[in-house]
Amino acid sequence: MIDLLAYGAFFLTVALSYAVICLGLNLQWGQTGLFNVGIAGFVAIGAYVSALLTTPHTPDRFGGFDLPIVAGWIGAALFTGLATLLVGALTIRLRADYLAIATFGVAVAVQLVLLNLQPLTGGPFGIGYIPRPFASLATDPSAFGFANLALMAAVVLGVYLVLERLVRSPWGRVLRAIREDEAAALALGKNAVSFRLQAFAIGGAIMGLGGALQAHFIGFIAPENYQPTLTFQVWAMLIVGGSGNNRGAILGAVLVWGLWAASAGAVAALFPTDQQARASSLQIVMIGTALCAILLLRPRGLLGEVRTVSRHLLAKPGKPNRKATHADST
Amino acid sequence: MRDAAAMIETRSVARHFGGLRAVDGMSMTLRRGEMVGLIGPNGAGKTTLFNLIAGTLRPSAGSIHIGAADVSDEGPHRRIARGVGRTFQIPKPFADMTVLENVLTGRQRQAGERAWVNFLRPGLVAAEERGAVAKARDLLDFVLLSRLADEPASVLSGGQRKLLELARVLMADPQVILLDEPAAGVNPTLLEQIIDRVLRLNAEGRTILLIEHNMDMVARLCSRVVVMASGRQLAEGRPEDVARDPAVVGAYLGGAA
Repeated sequence: MIDLLAYGAFFLTVALSYAVICLGLNLQWGQTGLFNVGIAGFVAIGAYVSALLTTPHTPDRFGGFDLPIVAGWIGAALFTGLATLLVGALTIRLRADYLAIATFGVAVAVQLVLLNLQPLTGGPFGIGYIPRPFASLATDPSAFGFANLALMAAVVLGVYLVLERLVRSPWGRVLRAIREDEAAALALGKNAVSFRLQAFAIGGAIMGLGGALQAHFIGFIAPENYQPTLTFQVWAMLIVGGSGNNRGAILGAVLVWGLWAASAGAVAALFPTDQQARASSLQIVMIGTALCAILLLRPRGLLGEVRTVSRHLLAKPGKPNRKATHADST
Repeated sequence: MRDAAAMIETRSVARHFGGLRAVDGMSMTLRRGEMVGLIGPNGAGKTTLFNLIAGTLRPSAGSIHIGAADVSDEGPHRRIARGVGRTFQIPKPFADMTVLENVLTGRQRQAGERAWVNFLRPGLVAAEERGAVAKARDLLDFVLLSRLADEPASVLSGGQRKLLELARVLMADPQVILLDEPAAGVNPTLLEQIIDRVLRLNAEGRTILLIEHNMDMVARLCSRVVVMASGRQLAEGRPEDVARDPAVVGAYLGGAA
């Protein structure tokens, strides 16, 4: 029973770290319609930046600055946001499909850099000894697991609240207008390039934070963690949960990660040891099948987009109610 | 009217697409308070000229002026701040947003459109939003869409979408409104309502440039008509005079100059 609970805590912590990445994608795609197919690259940047900032000094590698974990997280978000801004400045004018190709190229380039720039990234062996939150509790696995789960949940909640405020504002409304019809948004005076760039960079910063959270929870990173499979998983999470809905992004992350973990268990149980490496491809098949099922049965995901954007309008749903305008002043 | 201030002026403006001279040296002036009709046979270059004035296209030659400013090289998103709003020939509603929020998007200079202000000054954003909502609801009353305020714009009919676009652009309080075929594909009842609203806007002092095929509508609305053919101005004057001009009649019958 304790084992099951501990596994549940471990599972949820990883799933919620994906939820952070998925929230970043939701701002880019769900809200603004930016087709980012390079998620793994931005997640990797965040993970490596935080690892370099927080690991102890290592002689044969750049850095190891031994900073607190929180500094690593903040640094990861800022640096990834900046990197995303630079990528965006070059590519954001591209039409959706070309932006997809460009971001995919960025992710491949990032992965190759991680693999080959050994003095900075540790090369194929990656970086180990990344400090883990609540390391002092490590002797008590269940206390350690639940403390990490609580911390991860708090971060997800914080990101969620920040995004909800951003998205349900006139700023978020402009993003949605640009997604729906850029020419019309321009005619209404909205500087589409600037807004898309903001959404792209903020979304990238959140993905970088997600990468850092994962790196510190696992304690070890390597280039092979940041393959296109990761990008595919996060996309599946957003589509299943409901693109355009922050709660959907979180729900989708938990469900798809659950399916991923369950299918890993099924592969381990059903196939002989020497076949398991090959059989693990079936995990991707299962996610793909779930994706198809959702697209056919609920094309807008489990939790669809909320139609009214502005939180200022939600206080008085339905018919015009001018009396309520006095009551909801905050 | 003749001596009123020029709101918009094009000077020998041209736009070429490869070898096609869609607009080929058009000079025209839109004066304060006027309602001008821009007519001409299909392919005359009306919509290209309209897009040049709205900033969607940059001129290949010549210049475009709003008031005293040369705006030839300014992007379309700068026009509304200069008081020039437009609608589209094929309406472009934000289909997955509610009718009310479509209109709210037209609001200008909202502090809440800067991301960080929503954290630093939430009270200001909420207060502005309340003001915007009150105005948007009045505009929805004006275009008879109040009852659909909370529906997604995708449920609107073609004519209702044209009315929604009108409300959305009015949210920005433009002094000049560029209307691209507001009557196309609209049923007669709704057409009368659109004509009535456009007349009221003009009576309030707004300057209007109207592209329209419906000559009857142009004659009812406009004091002055500019006729284009083959990218150039063919004629100009009062609707009833232009309609009798042999060159105009010839152009419509296929013998474009």
